[in-house]
Amino acid sequence: MADIPILQIGDCLLVSIQVDMHDRLALALQDDLTERIVADHARGVMIDISALEIVDSFIGRMLNNIAAMSRVLDAVTVVVGMRPAVAITLVELGLGLTGVRTALNVDKGLALIRRIIDSPERDDADRVR
Amino acid sequence: MSGHRSIILSLITRHHQRLLTAWLANLRRDARISDPRRAAETDELARRFLEEFRRGEAIAQFEDIHAAEWQPMRELLEDLSRDRAVQGHSAGETAIFVLSLKDPLFALLREDLGADADRLANKTLIADRLIDRLSVFTVECYARAREEVISRQQQELLELSTPVVQLWDGILALPLIGTLDSARTQIVMESLLQRIVASGAEIAIIDITGVPTVDTLVAQHLIKTISAARLMGADCILSGIRPQIAQTIVHLGLELNVVSKATMADALALALRRSGKAITDRKQPAAPEA
Repeated sequence: MADIPILQIGDCLLVSIQVDMHDRLALALQDDLTERIVADHARGVMIDISALEIVDSFIGRMLNNIAAMSRVLDAVTVVVGMRPAVAITLVELGLGLTGVRTALNVDKGLALIRRIIDSPERDDADRVR
Repeated sequence: MSGHRSIILSLITRHHQRLLTAWLANLRRDARISDPRRAAETDELARRFLEEFRRGEAIAQFEDIHAAEWQPMRELLEDLSRDRAVQGHSAGETAIFVLSLKDPLFALLREDLGADADRLANKTLIADRLIDRLSVFTVECYARAREEVISRQQQELLELSTPVVQLWDGILALPLIGTLDSARTQIVMESLLQRIVASGAEIAIIDITGVPTVDTLVAQHLIKTISAARLMGADCILSGIRPQIAQTIVHLGLELNVVSKATMADALALALRRSGKAITDRKQPAAPEA
């Protein structure tokens, strides 16, 4: 079983989830990603889920976990490429993914990360947190 | 028991013209038809109704009007009630059409069987039951036709009232009009999300000027729409909150967790500011100094 590849773009990491997730794969991804954030001094993480037709509570929780872990390591997480049907299902399930930032596609996600990293309030916000 | 039907049927056949005249007179009086076109329509329907009786040699019983031999009569009444429902007649008017046949029919029976009180009572009861059944059937058809009209209008309203408008590059507006129920929320959400994908918009303004009341359910539907848009990477701004609704929201303790503005204009100004654009007055070129 192949691991999910993590690509580096500047100081951002891009994870594109193309296969069905399950517990072991999710744990492996969390391991790999935290390692890579530290090793590459990444400031942002983008998780592309445009290939996923079904996002259940399990994947929802995994995305929340990854976002929380990245935050601890001072990286911004943005989930990109969610399909309309997936968004509606998640909302109906009551999973608003409130801990995660979102963007329409990789391009906009990258811009969003850049904007957050460059914003002058970020240092203050970090201090409060 | 073949006597009763032959008497009623043969009476109708023999005194067809008299019955029709008396019935129409009754109809005019009870339904207060003033429009000549509608009066002509009613005449035609009454004529066809009696015609069915005259042709009804196959009719073997008056007890069950859902039997096969009553098929043509049922079709006639279905047509009648559907027309009336679409034209906006009341249910009472539709029932009166059939019920007002009673008087002339009973008069005929009395004339024919006047001497025999027992038979007269018997036949009158049978005819009475038959006409009641026919009128109940008519009203049922009428109600069904009305329900069809209502559900079609609901569907049309649903399709009409959920536009997604592009206000600016990257800014969508969703003017909501009417109450938000689950079915509408679903459609609103789907069309909004599809437009977000198609236009790549990052800001959506949800305007609730046309929403008459905001209760907990409507608020929940709004929150769902807003969260779904957020999951697609678009921020929502709520606008068009009337003072009364602002009070309701606070009294109900609703937490919408969204930036809200009083008017669409304010919301657009904020949206433009967020996307780094500005609208300025066009300055008149300064007059050359003397």
